[in-house]
Amino acid sequence: MTTSTTGYKVIGTRPLRHDGVDKVTGRALYGADVQMAGLLHGRILRSPIPHGLLRSLDASKALELPGVEAVVTCADLTDPGDRIAELGEGAVNLKHLSSNCLARGKVHYKGQAVAAVAAVSAHLAEEALKLIAVEYEGLPHVTDVRAAMQDGAPLLHDDLVTESLGKPTGKRSNIAKHIQFKKGDVAQGFQQAAVVIEREFHTATVHQGYIEPHNATALWNADGTVTIWCSTQGAFTVRAQVAELLGIPLSRIKVVPMEIGGGFGGKIRVYLEPVAAALSKKTGKPVKITMNRADVFEATGPTPGSYIKVKMGADKDGKLVAARATLAYEAGAFPGSPLGPGAMCIFACYDIPNVHIDGYDVVVNKPATSAYRAPGATNAAFASETVVDELCEHLKIDPLDFRIQNGAREGTRRADGPVFPRIGMVETAQTAKQHAHYTAPLGPNPKAQISNPKFEKAGDGANLGFEISGLRVPRRGRGVASGFWFNCGLKSSASASVNADGTVSLVEGSTDIGGSRTSIAMQLAESLGIRADDVRPAVGDTDTVGYTDVTGGSRVTFATGWAAYEAGQDIKRQMIARAALLWGVQPEAVAYEDGTLRCLSDDKKRLTFKELSEKLHATGGTIVGRASVDPPGVGGGFATHVVDVEVDPETGKVTVLRYTAVQDVGKAIHPSYVEGQMQGGVVQGIGWALNEEYIYNEQGVMTNASFLDYRMPTALDLPMIDTVLVEVANPGHPYGVRGVGEVPIVPPPAALANAIYQALGVRMDELPMSPGRVMAKLLAKQ
Amino acid sequence: MPKKIHVQAVINGQPMDFLCEPRQSLLEVLRDELRLTGSKEGCNNGNCGACNVLLDGRLVNSCLVFGAEVQGKAVTTIEGIATAQGLHPLQQKFLEHAALQCGICTPGFIVAAKALLEKNPKPSEEQVRHWLAGNLCRCTGYDKIIRAVLDAARLGS
Ligand code: FES
Ligand code: FES
Repeated sequence: MTTSTTGYKVIGTRPLRHDGVDKVTGRALYGADVQMAGLLHGRILRSPIPHGLLRSLDASKALELPGVEAVVTCADLTDPGDRIAELGEGAVNLKHLSSNCLARGKVHYKGQAVAAVAAVSAHLAEEALKLIAVEYEGLPHVTDVRAAMQDGAPLLHDDLVTESLGKPTGKRSNIAKHIQFKKGDVAQGFQQAAVVIEREFHTATVHQGYIEPHNATALWNADGTVTIWCSTQGAFTVRAQVAELLGIPLSRIKVVPMEIGGGFGGKIRVYLEPVAAALSKKTGKPVKITMNRADVFEATGPTPGSYIKVKMGADKDGKLVAARATLAYEAGAFPGSPLGPGAMCIFACYDIPNVHIDGYDVVVNKPATSAYRAPGATNAAFASETVVDELCEHLKIDPLDFRIQNGAREGTRRADGPVFPRIGMVETAQTAKQHAHYTAPLGPNPKAQISNPKFEKAGDGANLGFEISGLRVPRRGRGVASGFWFNCGLKSSASASVNADGTVSLVEGSTDIGGSRTSIAMQLAESLGIRADDVRPAVGDTDTVGYTDVTGGSRVTFATGWAAYEAGQDIKRQMIARAALLWGVQPEAVAYEDGTLRCLSDDKKRLTFKELSEKLHATGGTIVGRASVDPPGVGGGFATHVVDVEVDPETGKVTVLRYTAVQDVGKAIHPSYVEGQMQGGVVQGIGWALNEEYIYNEQGVMTNASFLDYRMPTALDLPMIDTVLVEVANPGHPYGVRGVGEVPIVPPPAALANAIYQALGVRMDELPMSPGRVMAKLLAKQ
Repeated sequence: MPKKIHVQAVINGQPMDFLCEPRQSLLEVLRDELRLTGSKEGCNNGNCGACNVLLDGRLVNSCLVFGAEVQGKAVTTIEGIATAQGLHPLQQKFLEHAALQCGICTPGFIVAAKALLEKNPKPSEEQVRHWLAGNLCRCTGYDKIIRAVLDAARLGS
């Protein structure tokens, strides 16, 4: 299925990435690889308790240790007051941001930073941490969203007053915010329904799980300027946050984004950068701080655990008539869970006339949550897409037919307001339906075998695996689910200079997490009619490139690609003017096509891009194209996934046998990296669905803060992940690009839950669907 | 500060001397003392494989080996895999298959895959998945990594 323009020369091809050789030879420099003369190593002292007052802190013993050069606490950051600032990642409460870097009077979660040490070696800094005496006054804690919402729950913040529908209620509670989206009249809608399903769901806190821990190196120079080298999704937001937290002007700070080892939304907020800067200020030397893995789990942004209640109704013809949802998301220690996006996405795949959504942002004694790939949407889709599956079961409608019938289309209005332009939701369901995966038999288990998943055969509970001579044999099931992510646009800058050999050096502002340097360079190459390899892309620091928002929201290939395209147009105009000068004609008499300049009045006068490049120095100097964009026209992303599982009824272990992800990608600039985004997102979704969770003990302490105990999928846990790229061009982008990075994480938990249902006849309503939880459901059914 | 130990080892084919504290891991020595920062730290406790190196040809997590332990031994890191003739077939195939996104896991995967292909030049997909189960990648979902390794094996690396 494709509506995208074809006939591109560069777009849609698969060139080797420009930074590839450095990355396969170990030469690429990531944040933790920063080395410099006189470097000190910083380490962070963290709260051992989940909630308490900081009574006193004595670092004198630590400072006596030879080789220890400084200790900092919140007193070394500027007092932020109670201010909200716009720092390039949405509005941020500076008091919370500052307390999250170094606690101010109170700790709100186990692992919260309390003080930091700089010493000549990392080991020494760690020894010094043990010598800092801190007195805490423990307070009762709460780590579950619904418990935290109760009257009488321990309150995390004395000054937190619930805001409801934009207005303060005056009520002190852990509920920071109540939001609501409404469309039509749900009460009336449900009256038209022939089938109504209402269910409750819980999802556990999970982590982004990037393999590279957070790191930052800072040098506070003698002239008062600060340079920060770090792994971040956004150098400019780091600059803005650090300026606020240290109370110095933006212009005094340069942030150098090093190569980044994964982020998924978790490397936007600062943790270490201001602390390293404060230590550098005190010592006059560069200071590097790196987190260990336990710190990453316990003190950096996981994504919220949640409670979600969903009610959906369809009429006898299978038309969705009403939907109601209540979402309560754990913000962690400070307000600001991705509740809004969750509420925007929960029913966005469908055209439903009557919708009512309530959402609650709730603080709990866990690390402050941050974005994680389509933040909030995966939790929501687990709930709504499982309910949709149950509706289909009752209506005896194929779940993909149901999505084709009810899917959101151009003109459908989302409950939160926007009306969809041309989108590809229905196309993803149609493509999935025709895919060989969906029509293939499920495999050896005779009772579960189906050629097309009609729900009459599953869910009757009769086949729990006793078929073959009394032995319990693994049961198979197939599930489908869809997902939506709205994608972002935001601001990007790029500049590109033409070299004498016909190549172009591109500087752009988006840190490259997954090959975006190349997808951006390809759009510049396409616009100029030159080869991808003839563009040499680099990611600039905050002093060398124009303001660029974070690498997030699936916006980089869309918006920074657009900036590169515009920089290309700028170069073209100047190249045309230069050719006109050479030929003694007006610029209007010069055409630029396919990388060749042609004189319209004299067909013999032609110059390739390369030939003209050679002449630039002699005709007035090089040409620099530049662009800064804040594009509208963002295209939403839809995906529909199909998964086959095998469940062992003895253990409850779920094995993924086959996975196919169908996604509307707009236009795939570099198909390999689009597939890679889809495969990576799917696998994160599978981990979220089946294994991953923060496990807390009664003391409010996470008991599995290591890669051994927080089980992310390994190569052995997975099959190949098949991808189908549907290209419904985004009318809002010159090349039809839609963001592709986030939506693939949205469908997997629901798709797996639906597959487990078909295998076992039990509806899973809690994530992760770990063996224990699957067994519990199975036993409860028996 | 603890007294340092003098260690002699062959690193990427080159005899080297270094000093290290008894508590320093091989990973720390490689990164901080020898400035071979291609080996990455993902967990520092043996659970991610980002720090994989070959020790006398055997695959190890360098975060679980003390620097002092490599006395008299040969260490191969990611920096020692390409030659003056060019990239190793695994490196080439990782590029061609787009088997890396952020790339932080890539050095570990390439070192681990090299150890596999030296032991078993024609592994099945299952064998590759089994061997690489000690290497975590959070970006790719492994699909393209597995294909790259199988393709490199086909090439007869
Ligand atoms: S850093 Fe050594 S295994 Fe993770
Ligand atoms: S490519 Fe990022 S962890 Fe593997």
